[in-house]
Amino acid sequence: MTTQADTSTYTLVCRLDDIEIEGGVACLVDGDAVAILRTHDGNLHAIGNEDPFSKASVLSRGIVGSRSTAEGDVPFVASPMHKQAFDLRTGQCLDDADVRIPTYDVRVIDDCVLVGPRSET
Amino acid sequence: MSPQYRRRLVVVGHGMVGHRFVQAAIERGLTETHDVVVVGEEPRPAYDRVGLTSFFEVGAEALSLLPEGEYDDPRVELVLGTAVDGFDPETQTVLLEDGRVLEYDELVLATGAAPFVPPVPGHELPGCFVYRTIEDLEAIREAAAGATVGAVVGGGLLGLEAANALAQLGLETHVVEMAPRLMAVQIDDAGGATLRRHVEGLGLTVHTGATTTSVLEKDGRVAGLGLKDADPIAAEVVVFSAGIRPRDALARAAGLEIAERGGVLVDEQCRTSDEHVWAVGECAAPAGRMYGLVAPGYAMAEVVVDAMLGGPGAFTGADMSTKLKLLGVDVASFGDAFATTDGALELVFADAVAGVYKKLVVSEDGRRLLGGVLVGDATAYGVLRPMVASGIALPDNPEELILPAGRGTVDLAMPDEAQVCSCNDVCKSEIVEAAAADTTTRAGSTCGSCKSLVKKIVEDYFESVGKVVDRSLCEHFPLTRQELFDVVAVHGYRSFDQVVEAHGTGRGCDVCKPAIASILASLVGGHVLEGSTRTLQDTNDAFLANIQRNGTYSVVPRIPGGEITPEKLIVIGEVARDFGLYTKITGGQRIDLFGARVEELPAIWRRLVDAGFESGHAYGKALRTVKSCVGSTWCRYGVQDSVQLAIDLELRYRGLRSPHKLKGGVSGCARECAEARGKDFGVIATEKGWNLYVGGNGGATPVHARLLAGDLDTETLVRYLDRFLMYYIRTADRLQRTAPWVDSLEGGLDRVREVVVDDALGLGAELEAAMARHVTGYQDEWAATLDDPDKLRRFVSFVNAPDVPDPSITFRSERGQQVPVVLGESIPVGAPR
Repeated sequence: MTTQADTSTYTLVCRLDDIEIEGGVACLVDGDAVAILRTHDGNLHAIGNEDPFSKASVLSRGIVGSRSTAEGDVPFVASPMHKQAFDLRTGQCLDDADVRIPTYDVRVIDDCVLVGPRSET
Repeated sequence: MSPQYRRRLVVVGHGMVGHRFVQAAIERGLTETHDVVVVGEEPRPAYDRVGLTSFFEVGAEALSLLPEGEYDDPRVELVLGTAVDGFDPETQTVLLEDGRVLEYDELVLATGAAPFVPPVPGHELPGCFVYRTIEDLEAIREAAAGATVGAVVGGGLLGLEAANALAQLGLETHVVEMAPRLMAVQIDDAGGATLRRHVEGLGLTVHTGATTTSVLEKDGRVAGLGLKDADPIAAEVVVFSAGIRPRDALARAAGLEIAERGGVLVDEQCRTSDEHVWAVGECAAPAGRMYGLVAPGYAMAEVVVDAMLGGPGAFTGADMSTKLKLLGVDVASFGDAFATTDGALELVFADAVAGVYKKLVVSEDGRRLLGGVLVGDATAYGVLRPMVASGIALPDNPEELILPAGRGTVDLAMPDEAQVCSCNDVCKSEIVEAAAADTTTRAGSTCGSCKSLVKKIVEDYFESVGKVVDRSLCEHFPLTRQELFDVVAVHGYRSFDQVVEAHGTGRGCDVCKPAIASILASLVGGHVLEGSTRTLQDTNDAFLANIQRNGTYSVVPRIPGGEITPEKLIVIGEVARDFGLYTKITGGQRIDLFGARVEELPAIWRRLVDAGFESGHAYGKALRTVKSCVGSTWCRYGVQDSVQLAIDLELRYRGLRSPHKLKGGVSGCARECAEARGKDFGVIATEKGWNLYVGGNGGATPVHARLLAGDLDTETLVRYLDRFLMYYIRTADRLQRTAPWVDSLEGGLDRVREVVVDDALGLGAELEAAMARHVTGYQDEWAATLDDPDKLRRFVSFVNAPDVPDPSITFRSERGQQVPVVLGESIPVGAPR
């Protein structure tokens, strides 16, 4: 969450305190439904809001938690539909190696939350 | 149209697969361009070799696949009773034993397989037979006429068929199997043991782990079998049924490629190494593997017809699933029956008394059925095998698939063959076996409703063998729900953060967070969306409505006891109409309104709350409804006012958070029209008062509630119910309904009676006080949310575009109401895409 990068193409979506700790909001960014979720350390993560399994646009309403792995604790959101977990940092589904959802750059400037372009992976 | 040159197709072999090939050739029009000559060695047309054993009962006629003796297509010629001596790929000719030479454009080999006779000394003595053709059976029948004892070498599928035949012929019958169990290829040890008990029950003698070393001789005839390290068996008739070998001699002689382990090597179109020669059925070896079942043979026949018509068909392996009735015993084996898949789990149900054994093999994540074995009862095969083939998700309670129907709970008396997972037909014994073998089953992986039952079975098993069972809630807490409840109560924690910091690790998950939210609701009270509690809730609790497949919600206002005024009915209708909601009557005597967008929920609640409605808690692991019959007010049979009591109980316990959903019912007489015994608590009126039943449920494993106490006055009834419900809330596992909870207590229902009625723990007053706090602390969650701008903030479609409806949600009309346009098939974790 630096303030150095060029954010002219970013979309201002809300204030930081609009997003609860371990909660989330959905927002529209260039027509895409994006979920912004906030982990316990205060960090924000933006991922596609669509649950790839049910195709419903619901991930912002999932439970945020952590799963311990060999590489350390992975912050994740569990889909409210069928509970599949997604790594908030990468969009990788933790229950199905073949499934990954898009992630977006997200920044906080002066308590404003800005969502950037879809990350290329 | 130019005149077409007609081509000739020669088929060698008229068994089941050769016949199927000709049928397909006729049906698909191959005979429009080809003349077909079929050459069969046996004296009769193709017959049902799979049903060979019934020959003695029904005769050859009934087994015939071509009773007319010829095909109903003049372009097909059938030559029977004639062996083929050879063929020459160079000249494209077939030489018949009678000297005829047939030219061919395409040649199909369907020569099948021959029984394997182990080359033990004496195997050619008179009295030795194989079991393959009607002629074999006729010869066996003749020999049996003057004999008293028969022995079959081979305890596989065919061996047991042969043993059945000998037994039918009145012989004292022995089965000699080299492997440690019967049907070693298809079924596992436990299944084999169950099958063995059946077979022995029919009077047959089974010798497993027995190697035949010789055929004993007396007067130039068979006198018995010599066994390795065992006493010989006297027998006048010996049938070898120790496997089959592909009949590939013609192809070998013609110089075609042969698979390493025998069989004519063919490609995916079943074409041999010569482009005009094809092989199908047991003589063929697609990718080097021979298939000793008829179904793959049929598939190969279809593939060759397709290939000859220029189609894309390919044979890429076959489902080797088998289901048959052997000696009157159902036996089925399907998919990965031996759990060879990495991480596969087994769910087992076995009932030694009833002679039923069922095993399911499920994927490591429990979501998919990989295979299974059914012995004694294969009724689930029809459901299970397709689940393997299609990879569809298992229900959450797959044990239901193999438990005997109607079993709801597990207790020590639960038979091993009881189906625990019906989605996957997993029985108790399968689960126990999997636990014992450290493998997995598919139980609980589909609909999930059996998960707590599976968990209990596995725990019971490990406890029974003296192992410590880890009942941890999840990776974040090394505690059971009950221990967590006590910890929260003792320390007075008021937030998830306090609990996880003191007793857990990490930041929780979708398992522990809702569980702790429920515990906090029971101990602390307050609104479920208050402060940091909100982020612990599952989406249903978080939005006070039930999420549906397209991300919209359904709304259920409380209608206590199912009693509602016309004015309120009209309001519900108006709200549904104005918001375009789909309406449906629920099983709990209320009305569900579907299709509400998240941003519409507050406005819908506003209308309902203003009309005197409140939340029905359909979204919560909480009290849902108390169903009632119309009772003594109207009913000429009613003896008590069941509606009044139902309303009183529903209002008393509304909003009560619990380990799972809670349902109640009150019937006004013994006719039980409210189906109260299908509820967690059921009250049935008597002349003197009320009978209280507890521990019932409907759903996947229906259980009838059992009598806790009888002829109670209303005050005592409510006191017992307060204690019962609070005791359950404090001590049950996560997502454990009352029925399995009662069974999980040492002493079961008697224990519940001691605590609730006799107050043996001295907890009565405490439990009643806890309920009293709940009753006074109750608030309508919808009204409270409407009054709190902070809680309402989250009810928007998009935080930066609160007025823009989610464009992914669309509806279509069905039977006059709006229903969701399906967004994509809901695919559970691990299912193939």
